[in-house]
Amino acid sequence: MNETEIHGMVADVKEGKLSRRGFMQRLAAFGVAAPTAWHILDFHGVAQAQSLTAYKPTKAGGGGPLKILLWQAPTLLNPHFAIGTKDQEGSRVFYEPLAGWDTDGNLVPFLAAEIPSRENGSVSADGLSVTWKLKPNVKWHDGKPFTADDCLFTAEYAADAATAATTIGTYKDIKIEKVNDLTIKITFAKPTPFWADAFVGAAGMILPKHVFEPFKGAASRDAPANLKPVGTSAYKFIDFKPGDILRGERNADYHIANQPHFDTIEVKGGGDAVSAARAVIQTGEFDYAWNMQVEDEILLRMERGGRGKAIPVSSGNIEFIMLNTTDPWTEVDGERSSVKTKHPSLTDPAVRAAINLLIDRDSVEKFIYGRGGRATANFVNAPPRYVSPNMKYEFSIDKANKLLDDAGWVRGADGIRAKGGIRLKYVFQTSINAPRQKTQAIIKQAAQRAGIDIELKSVTASVFFSSDVANPDTYSKFYCDMQMYTTTMLQPDPERFMLQLVSWEIADKEDKWQGRNISRYSSAEADAAFREAQNSLDPARRTALFIRMNDIFCGAHIIVPVLARTRMAASSNNLVVQPSGWDLDLWMLNAWFRP
Amino acid sequence: MGTYLVRRLLIALPSLLGISVVLFTVLALAPGDPFEEMATNPNIPPEVRLALREKFGIDDPVYLRYFRWLAAMMQGDWGFSFASRVDVDTLILQRLPATIFVIGSSQILALAIALPVGIYAATRPYSVFDQIANTFAFIGFSLPTFFTGLLFILVFSIWLDWLPFVYRSDISATGWRWYWEQIRQAIMPVMVLGLFQAASYTRYVRSAVLDVIRLDFVTTARAKGLGEKTVVVRHVVRNALIPVVTLVALQMPTVFGGAIVTEQIFRIPGIGSLLISAILANDTPVIMAVTFVFACLVVTFNLIADVLYGWLDPRIAFR
Repeated sequence: MNETEIHGMVADVKEGKLSRRGFMQRLAAFGVAAPTAWHILDFHGVAQAQSLTAYKPTKAGGGGPLKILLWQAPTLLNPHFAIGTKDQEGSRVFYEPLAGWDTDGNLVPFLAAEIPSRENGSVSADGLSVTWKLKPNVKWHDGKPFTADDCLFTAEYAADAATAATTIGTYKDIKIEKVNDLTIKITFAKPTPFWADAFVGAAGMILPKHVFEPFKGAASRDAPANLKPVGTSAYKFIDFKPGDILRGERNADYHIANQPHFDTIEVKGGGDAVSAARAVIQTGEFDYAWNMQVEDEILLRMERGGRGKAIPVSSGNIEFIMLNTTDPWTEVDGERSSVKTKHPSLTDPAVRAAINLLIDRDSVEKFIYGRGGRATANFVNAPPRYVSPNMKYEFSIDKANKLLDDAGWVRGADGIRAKGGIRLKYVFQTSINAPRQKTQAIIKQAAQRAGIDIELKSVTASVFFSSDVANPDTYSKFYCDMQMYTTTMLQPDPERFMLQLVSWEIADKEDKWQGRNISRYSSAEADAAFREAQNSLDPARRTALFIRMNDIFCGAHIIVPVLARTRMAASSNNLVVQPSGWDLDLWMLNAWFRP
Repeated sequence: MGTYLVRRLLIALPSLLGISVVLFTVLALAPGDPFEEMATNPNIPPEVRLALREKFGIDDPVYLRYFRWLAAMMQGDWGFSFASRVDVDTLILQRLPATIFVIGSSQILALAIALPVGIYAATRPYSVFDQIANTFAFIGFSLPTFFTGLLFILVFSIWLDWLPFVYRSDISATGWRWYWEQIRQAIMPVMVLGLFQAASYTRYVRSAVLDVIRLDFVTTARAKGLGEKTVVVRHVVRNALIPVVTLVALQMPTVFGGAIVTEQIFRIPGIGSLLISAILANDTPVIMAVTFVFACLVVTFNLIADVLYGWLDPRIAFR
């Protein structure tokens, strides 16, 4: 099915020739999931049904205490200083954005009165501006009203380099105007199809102007509110000790009727993932814990106790292997793996295709990650609309052997294949992490049977993921033949994520290995597709372009996807949470309840 | 005595300075980056991370950073945490009560067990009681605290479901209930640390008492017809405890070190768990401050041990 066909069908729906349901069914027949179909209709102004959360309680309060365990504890409560997700989660207990992302990649309004759309003109047709209407009668925890000025201030605060905000990237290139007290207009420098970044999700939490105004720029660190937040959320601040405990109480003036259900909230930190899982699933001391980096086998064993359960939430994270087509063993102009060099054997597509066949993804999923991942052949695995239907994976040592035989790689006396004096011997690196070492071992064994010798190397995570320019073992230097890690996709739009596949982002000495394209592979077609997608206002076309980029890299086996990772949380059996793979764990804390 | 103290304090200064140089260099050489998590986050442009590094002065040469740290430290400024942007001294003060409570109680427990058991065992060497006490002492100090900690959690929290294994610094209950909750959550960590210390103290007390009990003055005391209780308590123990007191003082820094692991296991918000989370986050100012506090503890308790020793045993002169 191509774009023209979809366009034709959308026109039919608009004219009433085809029902919404019929449209979805027809798309489903082509393997397009329902949320995607919704989005296509939404874009074309055919009203969408908001994904609803079934919130049962009929009055606010009365739920008693809610106890959450974040073993990586929040250390500060200013969302614009957040170094990691832990700080964003802590801040999200008190602050709210205009809208958040639900697990299907739909926007859900918090401080916005409604989600902007092309249909009502609040997203301009040229893609240059978006107008948000704010929810009226929202009060900050100290009783002051929430207005457009707070949004303007937040953007100004985060965009100021002297503030040293970690969200500066979201706010520095946009212009925000106040239309009236409850309306703001964001203007972009160039057509921006993905307009829902500023004031949305984790980076979008809005700060109160009257509290933070004296502490803008260089004085930002002195703001008492960095540790004593005044937000708009369902819970008011009581007390916070960095890295230890965070307490809040029900906000009686919350702007959503009958919410929240719990009277107090407590977020405790410290310890490790396994004992956090134990405290929720096994002993029931806590109601919820996040980021369960625990082997699935252990979680399953704990679940037998019957007090709690693990909740897998699909996300855009992908565990993948990267094959190096540059030469990691020759130094050119002070760097190895330079784009000026060519890898002696991995430049042969047959070798890369053979390695792809030697990865037993199903076993990795079944025996190592369990519910923590799903075997995949794609780099982009969510939301469903961006998933390429063209890629397939297979594990076959025979086919790999045949491919290599046909390409002229002949087994030597020691069983290792060679051609023209070049032997198929590789160094395969990853970070130290039990499941990764097990995966490495599975791949090494299979490769051996195909005459490829793989030497395994594992680097401490703090070195592997550091930006230390002097260290040769970082993932961005990629001084070896293959490497494996997880990259995160945090927004339901793959534009930022796809930066990893474009030529101008190639990591090298010149950019201090800060570039996003670690594989160093580039393709003129992928570059052109990215540039077009950046400004393309037609979602069907944009989707097609991103899928093309995925296919170029996965088809050439530069990127060898292994598993689409899920985010694991643990929850007590008598708690209803609202998980989302596209936002924070606590993104909809206001609607949690006990049945 | 006065001049002795002044001299000892003056010697302590260069050693602290030396310690700080070593700590700083080791930390600077260690790999890692406080803004590591941002590196894999596609939503944060690399420039943001570089700007933050520059703003916090992480890219400056090591010696420059060290002198900046030293100058600030001299003025009582401990710097601020990269992770929470809070002053380090505030963080440490926040964490100190929990650590002192747990370590203090465990020391009291250790002494309460070690003193009677050690003395009783020494007065009846190689008796059944002595053999049993010895065996338990050996088991006690051979088992590391992280192991006994996990074992206790498994038995008392998971199998028996008696005690909570997450330590909470603010218990919402009031009155007696508060004390009860506080004791319940402190039992396991205090037992783990206390029993470990008790085991080694028992051995020391026993051998110290055995040393003294053979001396002539004890025989004299017995010959004078003093009761066994008076001999042991007034003559033997008073003399035997002199080395034990020094030992306890010298052991204090080790106890703080041992508490790091225990704090992590039971999620006690003490300075030990602060250190661990700071190390994991590569939060240099906090690591520096906490390790420096530990270094100061070692130096101070050494000094206290020396002074105490001289005070308890007048034969030792301060020179």
